[in-house]
Amino acid sequence: MNKFSWYEAKSVEDALEQVNSTLSDELYEPTQKASVFKSGGIDVFDWVKEGLLKPQKIINIRNIPGLDQISYDRKEGLHIGSNVTLAEIASNPEIKSQYLALHQAVNHAATPQLRNVSTLGGNIAQRNRCWYFRSADHDCFRKGGDRCFARHSETGENENHAILDNGTCVSVHASSIATALMAFNASVVIANAEGKQKTVQMDDFFVSAGEDIAMENILQAKEIITEIILPPPSKNTKSAYIKQVARESYDWSLADVAVVMEVSGNTCKSASIVLGAAAPVPYRSVEAQQAIESKTINSDNATAAAKAAMTKARPLSKNDYKVPLFVSTIKQTILEIA
Amino acid sequence: MENKDQDPESKPGKTISRRSFIRGAGLSTASSVLMTSNAFALEYKEPLVTGKEFGPDAITIKMKVNGITKSLSVEPRTTLASALRDHLELTGTKVVCDRGSCSACTVYLDGKPVNSCMMSAFDVGDKEITTIEGIAKNGELHPVQEAFIEHDASQCGYCTPGMVMSCVHLVDNNPNPNLEDVKNATRGNLCRCGTYPKVFKATLAAAKKTI
Repeated sequence: MNKFSWYEAKSVEDALEQVNSTLSDELYEPTQKASVFKSGGIDVFDWVKEGLLKPQKIINIRNIPGLDQISYDRKEGLHIGSNVTLAEIASNPEIKSQYLALHQAVNHAATPQLRNVSTLGGNIAQRNRCWYFRSADHDCFRKGGDRCFARHSETGENENHAILDNGTCVSVHASSIATALMAFNASVVIANAEGKQKTVQMDDFFVSAGEDIAMENILQAKEIITEIILPPPSKNTKSAYIKQVARESYDWSLADVAVVMEVSGNTCKSASIVLGAAAPVPYRSVEAQQAIESKTINSDNATAAAKAAMTKARPLSKNDYKVPLFVSTIKQTILEIA
Repeated sequence: MENKDQDPESKPGKTISRRSFIRGAGLSTASSVLMTSNAFALEYKEPLVTGKEFGPDAITIKMKVNGITKSLSVEPRTTLASALRDHLELTGTKVVCDRGSCSACTVYLDGKPVNSCMMSAFDVGDKEITTIEGIAKNGELHPVQEAFIEHDASQCGYCTPGMVMSCVHLVDNNPNPNLEDVKNATRGNLCRCGTYPKVFKATLAAAKKTI
């Protein structure tokens, strides 16, 4: 790692005064003068170790008081501070009973060691895992380069890559927890240096590659995530989450699906269906939602919804297996609700 | 290229002391190595939340490791794994992938297993570190360590310290674990020799002994 100084932020305001860049900005156009945030630090140190991020200063936001609380209220919903660790979410009994898909997604993310350190804010702000993006030896549009090695039809190692919305960048978003958060219609609270706060829906937090190739989310240099809010579930809200991986112990997602439904008996009143590892950002399948809404939750209707989700799929040279994998995983996740 | 790789004979004392040290490190409690502190070094104050900038050059920090508070001179870029191995000579903690993927570097931070390779020594603050050297108490191996020997749960040995840390944490916190619990506890620990079945067997056997 390059030499950097270390700043212990004492408050959100203090941290916002110190920061001058984002991980995304610095990866796209390195200045080597960046002062960037780190909390759990897993993603930031990864980039520094690869030599792709050479910060001048790391601002430690991990110990800022007040960002590490979980609170649940039947009217207010669930508030999770950005510094809450994945392990704390996994062991929270109210999250398990009220937001099952989130509990399941967190339990399948990373390893016990990483869950004890990784924070929710850092998890949704981490950059994607495309090996060309993360390799110092390869060009990539997201690093200001002029080509994409992953897309190449013969030499591109793209088996883990995107099958939807992959026209500009073929990476998939790294956070499988975001898949569940988006399905619950979560929102992200962001504070800025002017002392203002804004709350954005998860759907609007992520930035498609076509909109801005340098970024995967809307965070600007003088902004910080303070909490993530999930609306309260009703008596009839049910949720499920399934993640497919190459090995049993732990792995990055090949295909993950979160379904949150309002049900009446065995009928779907409304559905929120989000796919992970399908597109450069978590992908809300409006097609699948429309296909299952007002229908009985059974095998035929679940299959129809799953197939509808894949109508726009455009696989790359080595990942067409993801289409049937998503069809079966979406179907299975919907049927878990029933 | 440096010549030392091509000329292992040039430092004859090294290899011998390394082997004997490793053999001893598994059993002994922490050796109290006190790093000489720079006379001009700043003290890294507790609590951590200071609104101050440190580094990039080394400063002296205090760290409680295996029950003993130590001073060491480290830069902000010094990982906890490097602080333990290179500064405090606690080389029982292994660094293999150096990216948080294999968990060979597992230590406890206030009793919770973490990857020491993926955090700065500055992240520790006033929290307490436990390393593999701190698992045996008063010269007595932990039941998990004894069971690893008894059930031959180690092959090349690189994953073993991290594997033991995960299994000790499980057995100390769950008096009656089943196979699924052991699998969950060791999900992060990669063993390229594939000795998982013996690790599971040893841990379940150790749990029975501790009841």
